[in-house]
Amino acid sequence: MNLPMRWLSDYVNIKADTQDFIDKITLSGSKVESVNYLAKEVSNVVTGKVVEIEQHPDADKLVVTKIDVGGEENLQIVTGATNLYVGAIVPVALVGATVYHDGEIVKIKKGKLRGVESFGMMCSVEEMGFTRNDYPEAPEYGIYIFQEEVALGEDVKKLLEMEDEVVEFEITSNRPDCFSVLGLAREAAATYRVPFKYPEIKVEEKGEGKTEDLVQVEIKNSELCPRYIARAVKNVKIGPSPLWLRHRLTAAGIRPINNIVDITNYVMLEMGQPMHAFDIDCIEKGKIVVRNAEDGEKITTLDGVERVLDSSMLVIADENKAVAVAGVMGGENSKITENARAIIFESANFNGPNVRITAKKLGLRTDASSKYEKGLDPNAAFDAVNRAVQLVEMLGCGEVCKGMVDSYPNKRESWSVEYSSEGINNLLGTKLSDEEMIELFDLIEVKADGKKAIIPTFRPDLLTEADLSEEIARFYGYDNIETTLAAGTPTVGKKSYSQIVEDKIMDTMISLGLSEAKCFSFESPKVFDKLNIPSDSKYRNAITISNPLGEDFSVMRTITLNGMLNSISTNYNRRNESAYLFEMGKVYIPKNLPLTELPKEENVLTIGMYGDIDFYGIKGVTEELFEVLGMKDVVEYSPKKDIPFMHPGRLAEISVKGDSLGYVGELHPTIAERYNIDTKAYIAVISIDKLCGYANFERKYKALPKFPAMTRDIAVIVKDEVIVKDIEDIIKEKGGKLLETIQLFDVFKGKQIPEGYKSVAYNISFRASDRTLTDEEVNAPMKKILKELEEKLEAKLRG
Amino acid sequence: MKDRLSQIRDLAVKRLSEANDLKVLDEIRVEVLGKKGELTQILKGMGGLSKEERPIIGQLANEVRSEIEAMLEKTKKDLARKAQEIRLKAETIDVTMPGKVRELGHKHPMTQVIDEIKNIFIGMGYEIAEGPEVEKAYYNFEALNIPKEHPARDEQDTFYINGVGDFLLRTQTSPVQVRVMENKKPPIRVIAPGRVYRSDEVDATHSPIFHQLEGLVIDKGITMGDLKGALAEFAKGLFGEDTKVRFRPHHFPFTEPSAEMDASCFACGGKGCRVCKDSGWIEVLGCGMVHPKVLEMCGIDPKVYSGFAFGMGLERVAMQKYAISDLRLLFENDSKFLKQF
Repeated sequence: MNLPMRWLSDYVNIKADTQDFIDKITLSGSKVESVNYLAKEVSNVVTGKVVEIEQHPDADKLVVTKIDVGGEENLQIVTGATNLYVGAIVPVALVGATVYHDGEIVKIKKGKLRGVESFGMMCSVEEMGFTRNDYPEAPEYGIYIFQEEVALGEDVKKLLEMEDEVVEFEITSNRPDCFSVLGLAREAAATYRVPFKYPEIKVEEKGEGKTEDLVQVEIKNSELCPRYIARAVKNVKIGPSPLWLRHRLTAAGIRPINNIVDITNYVMLEMGQPMHAFDIDCIEKGKIVVRNAEDGEKITTLDGVERVLDSSMLVIADENKAVAVAGVMGGENSKITENARAIIFESANFNGPNVRITAKKLGLRTDASSKYEKGLDPNAAFDAVNRAVQLVEMLGCGEVCKGMVDSYPNKRESWSVEYSSEGINNLLGTKLSDEEMIELFDLIEVKADGKKAIIPTFRPDLLTEADLSEEIARFYGYDNIETTLAAGTPTVGKKSYSQIVEDKIMDTMISLGLSEAKCFSFESPKVFDKLNIPSDSKYRNAITISNPLGEDFSVMRTITLNGMLNSISTNYNRRNESAYLFEMGKVYIPKNLPLTELPKEENVLTIGMYGDIDFYGIKGVTEELFEVLGMKDVVEYSPKKDIPFMHPGRLAEISVKGDSLGYVGELHPTIAERYNIDTKAYIAVISIDKLCGYANFERKYKALPKFPAMTRDIAVIVKDEVIVKDIEDIIKEKGGKLLETIQLFDVFKGKQIPEGYKSVAYNISFRASDRTLTDEEVNAPMKKILKELEEKLEAKLRG
Repeated sequence: MKDRLSQIRDLAVKRLSEANDLKVLDEIRVEVLGKKGELTQILKGMGGLSKEERPIIGQLANEVRSEIEAMLEKTKKDLARKAQEIRLKAETIDVTMPGKVRELGHKHPMTQVIDEIKNIFIGMGYEIAEGPEVEKAYYNFEALNIPKEHPARDEQDTFYINGVGDFLLRTQTSPVQVRVMENKKPPIRVIAPGRVYRSDEVDATHSPIFHQLEGLVIDKGITMGDLKGALAEFAKGLFGEDTKVRFRPHHFPFTEPSAEMDASCFACGGKGCRVCKDSGWIEVLGCGMVHPKVLEMCGIDPKVYSGFAFGMGLERVAMQKYAISDLRLLFENDSKFLKQF
């Protein structure tokens, strides 16, 4: 909503500068977005009369003029303008003046053009920061020439009413009344505690005949059209509007068209009530019918586009045809032309949501529809139509017929809201008396008595005591409400257990050198093919968004890989030497499709790494995580082959007692290629929800050892395919109670080891808490270990 | 005899002051104080002195002995110190060369902002609530007093699942308010950060996925003054002790009265700059007293309890705080970007 300040001053007298106005009205609830100072930069442009024009001695396209600017001497100005004549009065930018040139502000200097001195510049409207929309009488190219005799040396900015300040407001949807100059004037008056002057609306009705003899109105759907007023004007003289009116429109952001259209727009801006004007001859038999459109009914709107309507939409029609889409746009077939003999002003009220939906379906949001969609007060229609015909009389562009046709089946009456000052004080934390509140209510035309408040019909947002509290707060001042800290019942601020586990995971990842990534929650359904996920996989049961931004953002992810691989790819292709990333995010697993209940949202840790890293590097990251979470002793890694996007020989399932937590491994080279990752990338995916279940933060002190450990190193030769986990399981099983730690320290292939075999070396440590062990005590379990290794794994002790 | 002792002392002092390594010290010690040393010889020869002379010479000899011993010790220390100085000098390295350590990772800037805000509110007695991102229309709209015909429910703003109906991607974190009120008895103090979804094309300032943080306080006797107090404290915590706030009336369907809170610009302190677009203020959050209808729908009696709620977009906070110019950077996960925070 653009509010020209000069227009505002018609209804409220604010003795403060614009900045003060902006600050105060913002704090009383009308938020200012910006201010546009019209013609602010233009200075020192005065009226001057051309008294002499001579050809430039050295330039065909220039003339040398003498201009009388009301001073003692005439100014000599050289110009290329062609529309000048002796006696023309024009705007003259004096030496030192500032004007626009190609959109930039420039300062006028004394100059020489081809050897002839020039003391200023004559201006077009563009050079003063305007367009021919503002001044239709201005020539298309050339100097502005005043239409009437004016004094010389006068400030052109004042004379042409160029200066204004336009304040742009962001109006909230609950305040349709503020989408108007009058509505904002009412707010401004209340804010400054000064009187609000509602315009005096008087109509002389000099036209012959009565409106009711010219038109009838029938509302067929009073739910969608609570009120319809028509008023006729005869002997219409179409022409341009006067300067002041055009200015107000352009300042507010609406292009002037002609006097009648401008009047409808003026009233819409001033009173917030959209108006429409029809050519009366286009309404057959003078019968206006407000009805639902028929499915497939067609109408060509004023913008020349043929629109196909449906039965949810409301139209204004005569007996045979629609002449307007109600509240949205008029029809081409009833457009006012220069030949219009008589016209009908429509001032109607339409159902807001219906207008909004119609405008949306037609893709045609207009100034009118955007006003209607907020829900307007039907009582405003009456003053609006009278204001329109009053302006017709003021502008002398028609003769207003007597009376109006007003179809208003269910009048909106004001209503009352019960309240108590105590209730409002309790909510706000204020201590206002009944009288103080009544005074505050009075500012916004709410009549209150301490128990109930009578609400004017233009304030549909005031329905409860809470709504009234806001009005009290607004005009008492939000800033004046004393700041307190809730005494109330104390509560303990804390995180839940799972939030604590998540924090530990995050901290561990960071301390291991991984940075946190964030990926989108929705992606393309093509991801499943890209990752080679089989067609019958449960991963493919993904939730689909009905109205996505495109296929690429259309399914809620059931697997986190894609986001991580895209991130890895971005890093790789931007030539980052390495990237160590993790994401803690959700997957969305539907319980059924289509959804009948909320899906399961599972939290997943996804790790993605490339660079100075190998499988054991990423595995180490997961091991450290399990160490922090107190799970290291229960977690097992076992070889896995069947994840289609992972390297089958470099993949381990991570589990606790057979319950899978996720996996860690190398990305399958085919998939890497699809993501343009030309290096080995390593991935781990672990369920955070399961980590929360298994994490164990209990720690108990174990006495530090008092007696030395006895250690044995062994190296055994086993077949290549034997995994160390199997060897370690045997050592743990047969090591007995005295076994303390086992540590793999070498895996060797090559010299002295037969083809297809490897040597695996361990350091095995035994300890008792109450004595120093003897060789014999350690020899026994070692024998058992070696025997079992030989039997189960065909392992041979390396000599 | 006295003269002899003086000579021994003087000679020892001279030699010690000229000594420049430990070996020489040892020689002097042996020659003077050793078993066959001069002083030792004198002491041994004390038996030949008269009864009168014996104590005088004895005392003198002992004095000379301690004097030489002390000097020896001192010289030894001086030499050791000098030797160390030379060694330390030889060991000098270039301390401006880079350290050797595995680099730490970096938390995502959004997480850092969320963590900071969480810590402030935990300190003020708030718990952290969570709620689903795939949400029912009831929680996202109806229960928040947003009726069926409200523009916010249009398909152009909201992602729906199964067509416009019961299921959608939450457009705000406010539904968590409702879920908390349904499941918890007052006093309630919670915040709920999380992802929200709106149908905006991706560009420098828009993303269909972004983060919000919701807050809710319900108790007996909570006033708008309390709302102002709590949020002013929060703003100080986030932007610094000197931060001022102002509350502007606004409109949200689920609060009444409603407000927007601005904080004095942290970049210029309120004088006006590029960050605050010359206004001196930065819009931080929306807030208000929980609408009685919303309380009622959640089974809380508005005659007994009152409360306030607030909600804020977090991307803007992160972008302002870290001067990030393009929202898309937040989801690209470029290491060069992440390592800056």
